[in-house]
Amino acid sequence: MAETVTLMPYDEALERFEPVLGLETHVELGTASKMFCGCPTTFGAPPNTHVCPICLALPGSLPVANVKAIESTIRIGLALNCSIAEWCRFARKNYFYPDMPKNYQISQYDEPLCTDGYLDVQVEGKTVRVEIERVHLEEDTGKSTHVGGATGRIQGADYSIVDYNRAGIPLVEIVTKPVEGTDRLAPEVAKAYVTELRELLRSLGVSDVRMEEGSLRCDVNVSLMPRGSSTWGTRTETKNVNSLRSVERSVRGEIERQAAILADGGRIIQETRHFHEDTGATTSGRSKEEAQDYRYFPEPDLVPIAPDPAWVATLKAELPELPSVRRARIQAEWGVSDLDMAAMHNADAIELVEATVAAGAPAADARKWWMGELARRANEAGTALADLPITPGDVAKVTELVASGALNDKLARQVLEGVLAGEGAPEAVVEKRGLRIVNDEGELSAIIDQVLAGNADAADKVRSGKIAAVGALVGGVMKASRGKADAGRARELILEKLGVEG
Amino acid sequence: MSLIHKTAAELGRLVASQEASAVEVTQAHLDRIAEVDSKVSAFLHVDAQRALEQARTVDERIAKGDKLGPLAGVPIAHKDIFATDDMPTTAGSKILEGWRPPYDATVTRRLREAGLIILGKTNLDEFAMGSSTENSAYGPSHNPWDLSRIPGGSSGGSSAAVASFQAPLSTGTDTGGSIRQPAAVTGIVGMKPTYGGSSRYGLIAFASSLDTPGPFARNVLDAALLQEAFSGHDEFDSTSIDAPVPPVVEAARQGDVAGLRIGVVKELGGEGFQPGVLARFHETVDLLESLGAKVVEVSCPTFGYALPAYYLIAPSECSSNLARFDAMRYGLRVGDDGTRSAEEVMALTRAAGFGPEVKRRIMLGTYALSSGYYDAYYGQAQKVRTLISRDFEAAFHQVDVLISPTTPTTAFPIGERADDPMAMYLADLCTIPSNLSGNAAISVPCGLADEDGLPVGLQIMAPVLGDDRCYRVGAAVEKAFTDRWGGPLLSKAPTL
Ligand SMILES: [Zn+2]
Repeated sequence: MAETVTLMPYDEALERFEPVLGLETHVELGTASKMFCGCPTTFGAPPNTHVCPICLALPGSLPVANVKAIESTIRIGLALNCSIAEWCRFARKNYFYPDMPKNYQISQYDEPLCTDGYLDVQVEGKTVRVEIERVHLEEDTGKSTHVGGATGRIQGADYSIVDYNRAGIPLVEIVTKPVEGTDRLAPEVAKAYVTELRELLRSLGVSDVRMEEGSLRCDVNVSLMPRGSSTWGTRTETKNVNSLRSVERSVRGEIERQAAILADGGRIIQETRHFHEDTGATTSGRSKEEAQDYRYFPEPDLVPIAPDPAWVATLKAELPELPSVRRARIQAEWGVSDLDMAAMHNADAIELVEATVAAGAPAADARKWWMGELARRANEAGTALADLPITPGDVAKVTELVASGALNDKLARQVLEGVLAGEGAPEAVVEKRGLRIVNDEGELSAIIDQVLAGNADAADKVRSGKIAAVGALVGGVMKASRGKADAGRARELILEKLGVEG
Repeated sequence: MSLIHKTAAELGRLVASQEASAVEVTQAHLDRIAEVDSKVSAFLHVDAQRALEQARTVDERIAKGDKLGPLAGVPIAHKDIFATDDMPTTAGSKILEGWRPPYDATVTRRLREAGLIILGKTNLDEFAMGSSTENSAYGPSHNPWDLSRIPGGSSGGSSAAVASFQAPLSTGTDTGGSIRQPAAVTGIVGMKPTYGGSSRYGLIAFASSLDTPGPFARNVLDAALLQEAFSGHDEFDSTSIDAPVPPVVEAARQGDVAGLRIGVVKELGGEGFQPGVLARFHETVDLLESLGAKVVEVSCPTFGYALPAYYLIAPSECSSNLARFDAMRYGLRVGDDGTRSAEEVMALTRAAGFGPEVKRRIMLGTYALSSGYYDAYYGQAQKVRTLISRDFEAAFHQVDVLISPTTPTTAFPIGERADDPMAMYLADLCTIPSNLSGNAAISVPCGLADEDGLPVGLQIMAPVLGDDRCYRVGAAVEKAFTDRWGGPLLSKAPTL
């Protein structure tokens, strides 16, 4: 059942409406074992091999809470400036679905582990404070694959298969308070929030935060209110937003879609919508108006969580340097402008540059390659910078070769190209492609002689004092050496041979 | 005296000293099962071959000089709600017919390790919901005192097996009285330990915050030995208490009430109670006084709300606990003919697989938890629960134990209350408060009612982790009555 979607151009939508955002992020924790049993959590195992009586909900089995997961959740809460509950409970969220073995999910309801925090993000040079409503701990469901049917969803499928490897993996849900006043920057704020959150989680070492593998998943809530109104509109929740870029696109798309409906006198249906990576569009999912009654009640199979305040204080004291603090320090160390720093951040390049610096490269050079040639390549290939098949070590090696005079920038670009093409490490590429600068004086001298002989006019001009004409000769040498000559040395030698003082 | 009439403690001693082999003891019980269970229907599953194998292993270990526990070589029957990795486990339901767990419950595993021989699995009300075994999908069990009557429930197969000498010991679970009530109406001993005193791991859940595994035996000491063998903290059940097991065996051996303060619960007696039950209870009060106990009346005013609170909390938890029976991973599957959705198959399976009482409670619980009703029902019931615990606490400041009749009536005829759930629920009137507060309580025989000649039970309630007090008082009552009656109560039961 296809729905016809009309969009209002973004600028017009923003002239008429103000967006209110809300973000719910699910993070799979990287604990060694699942939330309530001893099964491993590693990604990519053959289906239904990481299962046991507990995570398959065999009759009689009982959950036992993973203390490491509770610790990770508290650390996330602390890093997000939340208050940590002194006493709270798990709750059962009851609903039937084949990928949820117990037909209830052990989650937290009105007693979350962490509440009332915030995360500051930078957008176009200004700081936006995103307030955090709650951070709670729950278990993931299994993964259903619906085979046959047009939509890939359970309705209309010929059959469905379920992999319970993911069932019971600890999942942290981070919910923002409604984010108002972002105005036309709403899509950027949403993206910046998820980017910042992802970095924060990575710095805590609690998750591998891979959006494409689903270890970081984001639901985006958007509502619009007419300019001048203070009453929020009906919101929709967009799921299946699997990349940072999609976060931005989904907010933009939803603003355009809702604005068109509202402008046409329609009303927004409170519903879940599914984002489609290929088209950037969303389609309607389950309507929340026939709302599920989850019949939450405190989980009687588990004892309450009562984190010792002294332990929480220790966890807080031992938090690593948070990304925003780190960025400020790095910026000072590298002496980078706000604009360049922001550019690096947006391109997700800071860690790559940092690692390249750690591998021995000067910060300026590291930044130049990642933000220049490599960013261009990533853009062409449509991949993230970090996903290019090149390591910070490789980049550091290239900067070293340039610094030693073995490569010039032009050759260095060819080396990078070779590394990206899978030809091996930088030195191997230099070797295979024969890219080393010609600094053998004899060979260079021979090339110069040849060039002077073939450009007698230019040589005469130089001899007669028109030193500017030396450029053409150097160019000839570079051409003859196929770019491998050291241009500076070639100039010196040419002037020397022509008896002119440079 | 034949082997089947001996106590578990005595059988354990005979096997340990090699005066009798575990194989002989097991065979004697298997013969008894073959002889009488067609009349009693205590068992859903008997595995003679497996039982004899286990018995041979115990005999071999004893011959090698292995030091085993006091119950090694003693046969036992498990309520068919404990997972056993070598036998089917049905919870008395069609929805689990033929299901064989790939794992053992902690209770069954610990008892295997202690050398007990599993004869088989006993009948129960479906998912332990009931007071008569009439809700079993596999038909009712019968009371050995009168085969036309119920053996109590939900653990009625376990009480019937022990009362009919088919097993010296059995396990049960007590969620609202499901051990104490069957023990009372079959004239045996049944104990609900402190909640969390033993592990629920592998016990198919009815109501998680109430379910408590416990022992059945024909005497107090045997029950204590059994409880001790399976109790204690279990890392697989985080609600199991990480504290030493109360000294139940020592208390059962001590059996003395001199100087003890005993409270008669005012609210658990009187109107609606069978005269013969009250007569035996008052006789027991006199007996305790004559043994040197100080008996006083204690009022627990909130106990009157226990039954309605229980019938909100237990169904609420069960509505969620039983959601996992959805035909997807195990058990019955109905209607999966390739044309129906998963949701339809779930619904058809649950419609066909659950009996009427289970459905009634799932619906009750679903309603009580639903949005808009939660505070009025489940939330309110939890408050009542807190108040009941406070009543217990206050009472245990005044007295060491509380007593009451275990049940308002003796065993009723099969079919009598089948169509009247409220009448059925009243069977647990006296037992439910201890489930709500989690404290320990035992039922021991205290005679036969004059009007029907059927057994009457005395309930002894003790504080949380005060299980030993139940055994201490129970043993004293048992000793005095055995002397008075000239033998155990069961010797008055008809031969089958
Ligand atoms: Zn598992």
